Amino acid sequence: MNVLHWKLGLVLGLLILSIWLLYPTVEWYTKPAEERGKLEAIKMRPRRILNLGLDLRGGTHMLLELDVEKLDKKTNLADALVRAIEIIRNRIDQYGVGETPISRQGERWISVDLPGISNTEEAEDLIGRTALLEFRLVNTSPEAEKALARVAELNESPFAKGGALSPEIAKLMPKGALLFRAASEEDGARTKYYVLESTVPVTGAYLENARVETDSQFGTPNIAFTFNKEGGKIFESFTGDNVGKYLAIVLDDVVHSAPVIKSRIGGGSGVIEGSFTIETARNLAIVLRAGALPAPVKIIEKRVVGPDLGEDSIKKGLTASVIGFLAVVLFMVVYYKAGGFVANLAIGLNVILLIAAMSYFSATLTLPGIAGMILSLAMAIDANVLILERMREEMALSKPIPLIIPTAYDKAWSAILDSNVTTWIAAIFLFQFGSGPVKGFAVTLTIGLLCGMFTSVFVTRAVYEFWLTSNPKELSI
Amino acid sequence: MIILIGKTNINFIARRHIFFAISGLALALGAASVAVKGANLGLDFTGGTLLQVKFDKPITIAQVRQAVKSANIEAGIQTFTGRNAFALKVKGKQENVNETADKLLQGLKANTRGNTFSEEKRDYVGPVVGRDLSKKALFAIILSLFGIIIYVAFRFSNPVWGAAGVIALLHDVWVTFGAMSITNREVDLVVVAALLTIAGYSINDTIVIFDRMRENIKKFPKMLLGELVNVSVNETLSRTLITNATVLGVVLTLFIFGGDVINNFAFAMLVGSICGTYSTIAIATPLVYQWERRRK
Repeated sequence: MNVLHWKLGLVLGLLILSIWLLYPTVEWYTKPAEERGKLEAIKMRPRRILNLGLDLRGGTHMLLELDVEKLDKKTNLADALVRAIEIIRNRIDQYGVGETPISRQGERWISVDLPGISNTEEAEDLIGRTALLEFRLVNTSPEAEKALARVAELNESPFAKGGALSPEIAKLMPKGALLFRAASEEDGARTKYYVLESTVPVTGAYLENARVETDSQFGTPNIAFTFNKEGGKIFESFTGDNVGKYLAIVLDDVVHSAPVIKSRIGGGSGVIEGSFTIETARNLAIVLRAGALPAPVKIIEKRVVGPDLGEDSIKKGLTASVIGFLAVVLFMVVYYKAGGFVANLAIGLNVILLIAAMSYFSATLTLPGIAGMILSLAMAIDANVLILERMREEMALSKPIPLIIPTAYDKAWSAILDSNVTTWIAAIFLFQFGSGPVKGFAVTLTIGLLCGMFTSVFVTRAVYEFWLTSNPKELSI
Repeated sequence: MIILIGKTNINFIARRHIFFAISGLALALGAASVAVKGANLGLDFTGGTLLQVKFDKPITIAQVRQAVKSANIEAGIQTFTGRNAFALKVKGKQENVNETADKLLQGLKANTRGNTFSEEKRDYVGPVVGRDLSKKALFAIILSLFGIIIYVAFRFSNPVWGAAGVIALLHDVWVTFGAMSITNREVDLVVVAALLTIAGYSINDTIVIFDRMRENIKKFPKMLLGELVNVSVNETLSRTLITNATVLGVVLTLFIFGGDVINNFAFAMLVGSICGTYSTIAIATPLVYQWERRRK
């Protein structure tokens, strides 16, 4: 065993390792699309494979902003964001779609990716709901009646655009009470309003479970909920103290029903009645189970790529890349002969290593990522050309072959190192400070540069050194 | 042995004023186009809505324009030849996510009876996001340029070289940006990735020649700078052209066969890689010469 054997062994070992790492990716993408979809839905997607970005496979990307102004003053922003992400993840998980990367972006943004989903209305509704469930007593004082009568006379909503109550109504409102809108019962019907106490004795934070139940009398869907132990106790004593009063069930600032409290309610469970369809009831149960968002979120960016468009762009881009790549490979062999063949080996290995590394890191390939790959491949080809041109220069000086190879590598090395490191420096900054697509570019570029340096310098040199052991008389480049 | 470029002895330095004039013209053309027409910035930066639909039966752009007009929205319309698909773009501040897209859909539905369509793509970029994206991309680029200058200054023990390399790189990026404006192509985040690629490629190309200059300075310490630059550029000319020819070949196939989605990207890469080759020979090294000579 000498140094050369170690080198060749290392190259071979890496090749085998890469193929082993690549295997799950290849296996996954050769499956028919439907089967992949089914496996994703039950979360059976292999973890260490190369992911395709939404621009390549179709799907929806959304960026949400947490409305910081509506956040409880006591909560810390970072904590609220973590909680919001957790809750949104819960909601989407229960909705039953596959892998959905959700992550924090910046100070108060949340990025949500829904691969393969391009009809997002329902998902948007699911994510965007605050799902703040509150129980408030109805204020039945004469002032409240007066205020409601005035609201009924108005031809417009008593709420101004920002959600503030119009000053005229605000003057009429009894102390410690708030005006709430009722859920609309049917299209075109006049919206009803309620005056409710501002104190909230029980909230959805105590909820343990929520599910859809069909009303035994009318067959309409209702939502049955159960409190946890603590919530059950509070609810029991609260209802016991307020028998005969009306209790409004308020969800996201909308009153769904306001039944009268007939007696103390024990057991910690109840039912929200309202004009739900099966679908809205199901989604509502999901968001109630998952919990309330700490503050409302707003969609500030949304990108939907239909499934066909993604596939189309992949096919065309891939075909073009393969043609271009083959042209380069052919040129190298024609121009540099055996030297070109060695360079092609290195570039081929480079592609395998690069994709294997990206699969291992579960990286996501996007269009800008492909740009990064192209740059790194171009630089790998450049490194090979640099070495081969140096060999030609040394050959022109009629040096013996065993001297040509090491001299050419030594002389080409500084240029290869410096150009790669320079580009790598740029890539690091882009990764650190760029966002989204710029980051994707930086990731593939960085991995590509490392693979490129290794294959075009280390691997090719090992091949030449191996070839030198046969005492060749001529160098074919 | 096939040799495309044999031993050359072109006096690049003597022709530097011609190069500077050509580059000046290209930069000015780009600047003029950006000043007059403005850069066609994509939604990524301006914010707004894009809706791309594909019709099942043939439809004319006039019909689509009519439909958009009936929705009371001013939208730019882009057609995809041979695909029966149209992209409707409404740029500017839009506060709510689906508002504009839904209005457009209604208009299309009402005015294209007897023809059905499917939604291929929908983008909404809120006003805050657009600003944030441009700010972050710019910040990252500026920092990486400084990183490059510092590294090159350190490795070649001369800050002028690093600066010259960065100027050549900026030259390539600006000319490409100008070409995008002249041809009315849109600059979106994918094109920004292309510009980054061009920057990386340009500096790579430049450094290879700098490396040869560094080597030759040690080899011929008494050689005048002008001659040194010429010798170095000529010695590496074969490598410069071969590498760039291969890259150009790949980019050209992407441009011709790559399809609509990456066409803008491929165009930027095409212009940029030609510029990158040119600027290394005609801008970066002559600038070093010009600069060093003035100091003496």
